[in-house]
Amino acid sequence: MSGTALLQASGVSKRFGGVTAVDTVDFSLAEGELRCLIGPNGAGKSTFFKLLTGQLAPSTGTIKFRGHDVTHAKTHEIARLGVGIKTQIPNVFNGLIVRENLYVSAIRINKPARARAIVDEVLARLALTDIADRLVGVLAHGQRQWVEIGAVLAQEPDLILLDEPAAGMTHEEVARTAQLIREINRTKALIVVEHDMQFIRMIAKQVTVFNQGRILVEDNVEHVLANQAVRDVYLGKRAA
Amino acid sequence: MSPLFTGRAGFALVIAAGVIVTIALPLIDGMFGLVQATVFIAMAVLALSLGFIWGFGGIMCFGQSAFFGLGGYAYAIAAIDFGGSSWAVLLAIAVPAAFAAMLGYFMFYGRISDAYMGVITLTVAVILYNVMNSTSGSQYHIGAAELGGFNGMPSVPPINLPGDPSAALSPLQFFILSMILLMAVYTGLRLLLASRFGRVLVAIRENETRAMLLGYDPRFYKLVAFAIGGGIAGLSGCLFTNWGGFISPTAFSLAQSAQIIIFVLLGGIGTLLGPIMGAVAIEYLITLTGTQHRFDANLILGVILLGFVLLVPQGVVPAIAAQLARVIPARRRAGASSQTVTAP
Ligand SMILES: Nc1ncnc2c1ncn2[C@@H]1O[C@H](COP(=O)(O)OP(=O)(O)O)[C@@H](O)[C@H]1O
Ligand SMILES: [Mg+2]
Repeated sequence: MSGTALLQASGVSKRFGGVTAVDTVDFSLAEGELRCLIGPNGAGKSTFFKLLTGQLAPSTGTIKFRGHDVTHAKTHEIARLGVGIKTQIPNVFNGLIVRENLYVSAIRINKPARARAIVDEVLARLALTDIADRLVGVLAHGQRQWVEIGAVLAQEPDLILLDEPAAGMTHEEVARTAQLIREINRTKALIVVEHDMQFIRMIAKQVTVFNQGRILVEDNVEHVLANQAVRDVYLGKRAA
Repeated sequence: MSPLFTGRAGFALVIAAGVIVTIALPLIDGMFGLVQATVFIAMAVLALSLGFIWGFGGIMCFGQSAFFGLGGYAYAIAAIDFGGSSWAVLLAIAVPAAFAAMLGYFMFYGRISDAYMGVITLTVAVILYNVMNSTSGSQYHIGAAELGGFNGMPSVPPINLPGDPSAALSPLQFFILSMILLMAVYTGLRLLLASRFGRVLVAIRENETRAMLLGYDPRFYKLVAFAIGGGIAGLSGCLFTNWGGFISPTAFSLAQSAQIIIFVLLGGIGTLLGPIMGAVAIEYLITLTGTQHRFDANLILGVILLGFVLLVPQGVVPAIAAQLARVIPARRRAGASSQTVTAP
C-alpha cells in the first residue's frame, strides 16, 4: 500500500505554543483517490492542509509526495510537484479580473496560447464565462470560491486539496460542487474538508475523521456515519 | 484602474505625446527652458523606477535615491577614468542594478517584512550619503577620479556621440536623448508588465500566498523587479549628472528619496504615466516657487502636496482616468477591459 501512495504523512504533529493542532497523524492517500476529511471546528484540518502545502512546517514527522520528502519543502516547490489547494479563507488575486486569476495559474508551465485555451476551458466548466472580465475583489464570497477553484484547476495539479469548498454556497451550488468534485476525481486525487453531512454523503467513499488533532476513525462513509464515537464528537456537537 | 490609458491605443497616445514634446519643446522654448526640461525628464525616469517597483511589485523602497546616487557616481567616475561615455552609461545602469540585486537578495530571501524593507532601504541611502560625504581629500579616488566628499565631483565629462569622445552632445541633443530614453524606459516597462513576468509580479503584489500556492517563488520575482528598478534609477542618476556636469552626496539625501515618493504618490501609484506626470509637475512647481521670493518655496510645495494627498488620495492620473471613463461611453472601452494588468 505504501509503495503506491501518492501522499504519505507519518507521525506528523504541529504545535502552536501549548496547543497541539495536529497530533502524530499517519495519513496515506492512493493515486486517484477521493478522500473526505471531517471533524469539528478546531480539529486541525486546515492546519493539516497547511503542513501538506508547506505553509507551515511540521514540529515532528515526515511528509512524502510521490516518494519526494516534502516535509520542509517550500510552498512553491510543493505546488510545482503537482499539489493544488483551495484554502478555507479564499486566497485570490482581488485586484485582477477573473480571467487573469486563472491565466496566472495556467501560464506557469504553459505557453500563452495553451494557457488561454486552458483558461477558457475552466471558465466554461465552472460557468464563470459571464463574469470573466470582472474584478475578483468585487465578487460575492461564493463566486470568489469558484474563482479559486478555477485557479487550482488551471494549475492542472495531480492532487487537489479543497478546504470547505461548499461553505456559504446555496443548495444548488452545493450540488454542483459535488458533481464537479466527482468529475475532477476521474483524473485527479482529492482531499476534501467539509462540514456539510449532506455534501459528504454525495461525494464520499473513504472518510477520515479528525478530532483534537488526531485521527479518530478512518473508514468508508457508511461506517463512519454510523460510528458512535463520531456521532459523539462531531454530529452531537453540531446537532446536524 | 480605468482602461482608458491601457491597451494599445493608450500606449500609442502616450508615445505620440512624447514625440510631440520632443519635437515641439525645442521650437517654442529657449535654451534655458530646454535645459530645465531636461532635468524634469531625468526626474521622470527616477519616478518611473519607484513607480514600477512600488506600484507593480508592491515593494516599499524609501531609499530609491541610493540607486540614483550610485548611478550618478558610477557615471562620473567611469567618464573621468575611461574618457568616452558609452561604458560610463552602461556602468551607471549596471552598478546600481547589481547593488539593488544584492540588497534585494538580503531583503527578500531573508524574509524581511515590508515595514522593515522601508527602513532598511532608507538606512542604506543614509549610509551611502554619509560615506560619500566623508571622501574629501585626494586620497579618496578611483583611478583619476577624485570623489570630492561633500563638495562632490565637478567637471564630469558629458555624454558624447558613440566612438568620438570629442563630440559632446549639445543641450538640444541631450534633451532629445533624454526624451528618447524616457520613452524607451516607459515602453520597456509596459512590455515587461504585459509579459508573463510582469503579470506574475502583479499577481504576487495582489496575493503572495496564492502565488506561492500556484508554484511561483515571490522572492525571485521581487528581486528581479527591484534590480530593474535600481538600474532605471541609475540611468536617471546618469542623466542628472550629465545635466549639471556634477554629482554630490545630496543625490543620496533623504530629501531626494522623499521627493521620489511624492512624485509617485501625487501622480498615482499603480500606473506608469502617473509618476512621470508627478515628477514633471512637482519639478515645475519647484522651479516656479524658486523664482519668487515672497514665500518660502518649501512651504508652498508642502501646502500643495498636502492638499493633493487629502483631496486626490489615489493620485492625479488614476483620478483623471476615472473621470474620463465616466464621460466616454462604456461601449468603446469594452474591448480594453481585460487589460487591467497593464496600467498606463
Ligand atoms: N497560526 C496559529 N497559531 C496558533 N494556533 C493556531 C494557529 N492556527 C490554528 N491554530 C489552532 O489550531 C487548532 C486547529 O485549527 P484548524 O486547523 O484551523 O482547525 P479546523 O480547520 O479543523 O477547524 C485550533 O485550536 C486553532 O486555534
Ligand atoms: Mg478549517
